[in-house]
Amino acid sequence: MNTQQPMEDRLWDYIDGFCSPTERSAIETLIAENREWQQKYTELLHTHQLLNSSELEAPSMRFTKNVMEEIGRYHVAPATRSYINKNIIRGIGAFFLTMIAGLFVYVLSQFKWSGGSSGSTSGPSLRLPSVDNLGLEKINYAKAFNSTWVIAFMLIVIVMGWMLLDMYLQQKKNQSAKQP
Amino acid sequence: MHTELTDTEIIKRILKGDQAIFAILVQRYQQYVFTLVHRFTDNREDAEEISQDIFVKAYRSLADFRGDSKFSTWLYTVVRTSCITFLRKKKLDTTSIDNERTALQLENRESGFNANAIEQKSRHAMVNEAIRLLSPDDSQLITLFYKGEQSLDEIGRIMGLEPNTVKVKLHRARHRLKEKMEKHFSYEIRELHND
Repeated sequence: MNTQQPMEDRLWDYIDGFCSPTERSAIETLIAENREWQQKYTELLHTHQLLNSSELEAPSMRFTKNVMEEIGRYHVAPATRSYINKNIIRGIGAFFLTMIAGLFVYVLSQFKWSGGSSGSTSGPSLRLPSVDNLGLEKINYAKAFNSTWVIAFMLIVIVMGWMLLDMYLQQKKNQSAKQP
Repeated sequence: MHTELTDTEIIKRILKGDQAIFAILVQRYQQYVFTLVHRFTDNREDAEEISQDIFVKAYRSLADFRGDSKFSTWLYTVVRTSCITFLRKKKLDTTSIDNERTALQLENRESGFNANAIEQKSRHAMVNEAIRLLSPDDSQLITLFYKGEQSLDEIGRIMGLEPNTVKVKLHRARHRLKEKMEKHFSYEIRELHND
C-alpha cells in the first residue's frame, strides 16, 4: 500500500477517481473515521467543485466570421507525409553513414596494431593496442589530406551537399509558386 | 443537421473541399481555445488574435490530422505550440511560477473588488482570476483537465509529458491554486463557505 504517499495526493486521486477499489475503500474508511482526513477531504472537494464550476471564456461575436474570412484565402495544405520523399531521408542517412564508415576505416588503417604486451605463446590471443602504442603521433596528416582518395571523397561529399541544398531550394520554390 | 456531425466526419468533408463546414469546428471549440490562450497571454486582444491564428493553422494542417487522437487533443497541441511561440516572442518566462505582473494587476483590482463589487463578482469570475494568477503551464493543465475534457494520457500528449508526471503536476497546480485563492480571495472563499 502507498501509505507513505501524502494525504493530499491520495485524496486527489480519490476525488479524481484514479485510485484502485482497495485504495478507494481504505480512503473512505479514513475519511469516515479520521477528523484530519475528513477536513482535508472537504477542503479539496470544495476546490474541485469550484474548478468544475469555472466557466469557459467566449471570444467576440465576430470570431467565427473572422476565422472563416481568413481561411477563405487559404487551402488545406497537403499532408506532410505526402510530400516528404522517404528516399531523400534515406539518402541523407546513407550519406552520413558513408561518411562515418569512411572516416572509421581510414582511422583504423592508420593505427599501428603491433602494440601491447606479449604473454603466453600457448595459443592465439587477442592483443589490444595500448593507448601509448596507438601510434596516433605517427599519422601523417599532411599526407592524409593530400591523398587523391581523400580529396575525391571530400569532393563527393561537397557535391552531395550541394545537390541536397538544390533539392531543398527547388522544393521551397515550387511550394511558394503553388501559394495563391 | 450539420451540428450533429462528429469532428472526424466534418474533417473528411473539409478535406473533400467543403470549406464552409469548418465553421462548425470553430464554433464547437472557440471557447476552449480562447480560454486556454487567454490564460496564457493575459490579454484579451492578443488572445483573440492568437486564437484566430490557431484555427487558421489548424485548417491549413488538417490533412496532417491522422485521427489517432481526438481532434480536440490535436487542436490543443496547436494551441500549446502557438502560445509558447507567442510567449517566446514576448520574451516571457514560461516556467515562472508566479506571474508578478498579473499578481500586481490583481492586487490593484482587489482594493476595488473588496470594497465595492463583491456581490457582482461571481464564483466563476473568482476561479478564472485565480487560475490566471498561476503559471501558464499550471493554468493550461487545470483548464485541459477540468474544461477541455482531456484525460491524463491526452494532456500528456499535448504537453509532451508522461501521464504520471501530468498527475503529479496537476496535484501541484491545484495546491498552488488553493494557495492563490487563500491569498487573494480569502474573503470571497469565506463568503462561499457561509452560503
